[in-house]
Amino acid sequence: MKILVCISNVPDTTTKIKFANNNTQVDDAGVQWIINPWDELALTRAIELKEDSSNSFDEVCVVNVGLAKSDATLRKALAIGADKAIRIDAEPLDAYFVAGQIADYIKNNPFDIVLSGIESSDYNGSSVGGMLSEFLDCPAISSMTKLEVDNGEIIIHRAIPGGKQVLELQAPFVGIVQKGITNEPRIPAMRGIMMARKKPLEVVSPVDLKALSHIVEFELPQAKASCRMISEERLEALVDLLKSEAKVL
Amino acid sequence: MNFELTEEQEMIRDAARDFAQRELLPGVIERDENAIYPKEQVKRLGELGFLGMLVGTEYDGGGMDTVSYVLAMEEISKVDASVSVIMSVNNSLVCWGVQKYGSEAQKEEFLKPMARGDKIGAFLLSEPEAGSDATSQRTTAVDMGDHYLVNGIKNWITSGGTASTYLLIAHTHPEKKHHGINAFLIDSNLEGISVGPHENKMGMRASDTHSVMFNNVKIPKENRLGEDGQGFKIAMKSLEGGRIGIASQALGLASGAYELALQYAQERKTFGKEIIKHQAIAFKLADMAVEIEAARYFCLKAAWLKDQGKPYGQASAMAKLYAAETAMKVTTEAVQIHGGNGYVKEYHVERLMREAKLTQIYEGTSEIQKIVISRGLLA
Repeated sequence: MKILVCISNVPDTTTKIKFANNNTQVDDAGVQWIINPWDELALTRAIELKEDSSNSFDEVCVVNVGLAKSDATLRKALAIGADKAIRIDAEPLDAYFVAGQIADYIKNNPFDIVLSGIESSDYNGSSVGGMLSEFLDCPAISSMTKLEVDNGEIIIHRAIPGGKQVLELQAPFVGIVQKGITNEPRIPAMRGIMMARKKPLEVVSPVDLKALSHIVEFELPQAKASCRMISEERLEALVDLLKSEAKVL
Repeated sequence: MNFELTEEQEMIRDAARDFAQRELLPGVIERDENAIYPKEQVKRLGELGFLGMLVGTEYDGGGMDTVSYVLAMEEISKVDASVSVIMSVNNSLVCWGVQKYGSEAQKEEFLKPMARGDKIGAFLLSEPEAGSDATSQRTTAVDMGDHYLVNGIKNWITSGGTASTYLLIAHTHPEKKHHGINAFLIDSNLEGISVGPHENKMGMRASDTHSVMFNNVKIPKENRLGEDGQGFKIAMKSLEGGRIGIASQALGLASGAYELALQYAQERKTFGKEIIKHQAIAFKLADMAVEIEAARYFCLKAAWLKDQGKPYGQASAMAKLYAAETAMKVTTEAVQIHGGNGYVKEYHVERLMREAKLTQIYEGTSEIQKIVISRGLLA
């Protein structure tokens, strides 16, 4: 069985976001790019499934729609443990465009399970996974918090308000991954970083597809006051700060 | 000339940063205060490949370059220098010498487990009366024909109590002075070896530092590293590389303290504004940033020379001297910027200041580095 994990290339979550071109573009000068945190959890779970010899997953691939600046992010995915990376060489214009490009690739290169993060930490559209299942005419399981294979049966947990839903289903499907699917993303080991040199990173041409939306303007949220953490053993210090700095007591 | 890091070097730096922030930061204050050896953390360091990152892949190492090593050492030292000193000694002082001078059998037996992090190595050079002055060794390894008989005491040995492998330096032919010194690669549990109590140190309290006593210890002939009489050269060459590790550690202590101070200065307000808006504090931070940047260039230059196969002894001594002095200055200023909070353990900077002091002392004091550098000027 083969798993494909969709990877968004997003600015590091500590980036100070600035805009360019009359606030219609993110200014990416000096930005450090990372794997979208939800996609990274999906990738980690996919690798865990492959490493578990009791099931039949034999390949984990990652795919990204993006320009060459995504390559470093894809190589990190390879260093963490993906077997192959595919970059569809186009600016990711909107969710429809991205899902359409990935769907076209999958039609020619089928996978049993396609995973995508429930949201991305940049535009937060939460749309690619759902659109992908529509393009591929297969089920989409959203807010997936557990993915297990038991005797060949695929068991999925979904987070629902106040509880969870347990599903059993057949591949192929699109799993839209929520936090909880695994404990923590993996840190690439030196061996993995070295092996990533030799793994394939395939660049494919996009298909002709138009975006359905375009960005008119970005606006930053209002600045929030900074947060100081005081450990619970230092309650007196907290009271002092509330008196002397915050002046609320 | 190219100041750009490769994609791979950036990935290694980021992996070290993630590891340090996620797995070393929790509990670092408690480990320091109670001098608890970071057993789990060192195990993870091995799993991720940092303990043998400079060792060739054919010997189960990471096969990474020294520039990557500097980047990783800096990130790990920002958070926990007790862990990074274990990494530095294992990589630069023990594994390097075995890879460079060891026989295939020695590499198989000793290097591979250390490169994987299954075993930890310690470097036994310093003595109560011989540190960088290595020719004054009192520990003897008498050639008994089919084995060496070792007697003596080694001091301030990093990982002395936890290491499974010792790289030991001892005199075999005292009359030949430095040509009479040998290096040996041994298991730390040989009969006759005893380990003294844990040194109660000012900083890097979680790394275990001990004296190691040798009382009629029999070392098989095949455990000598390199040729007869090559021990002094092995020790000195190992220290040349070791200095890059300790320089990078000092760099990490400085940049870690600076990052904390920069953050604090933007949050703490006095007289109605953030203290970074007072020139007295802003200029301190500017000076710190400049010196850290210079120290970083020294470290990377020494690493680059080593990677290029060029002589790096002079450059590594300069890097070690400058980075250690910078670490002491910057961490002291970071405490000052933090004011009263800087004197309290939970803000980390007082610990970084205590740790910085050691970088001016071990693997050659700042004064010894000046001897090395000034002799290099005349060479």
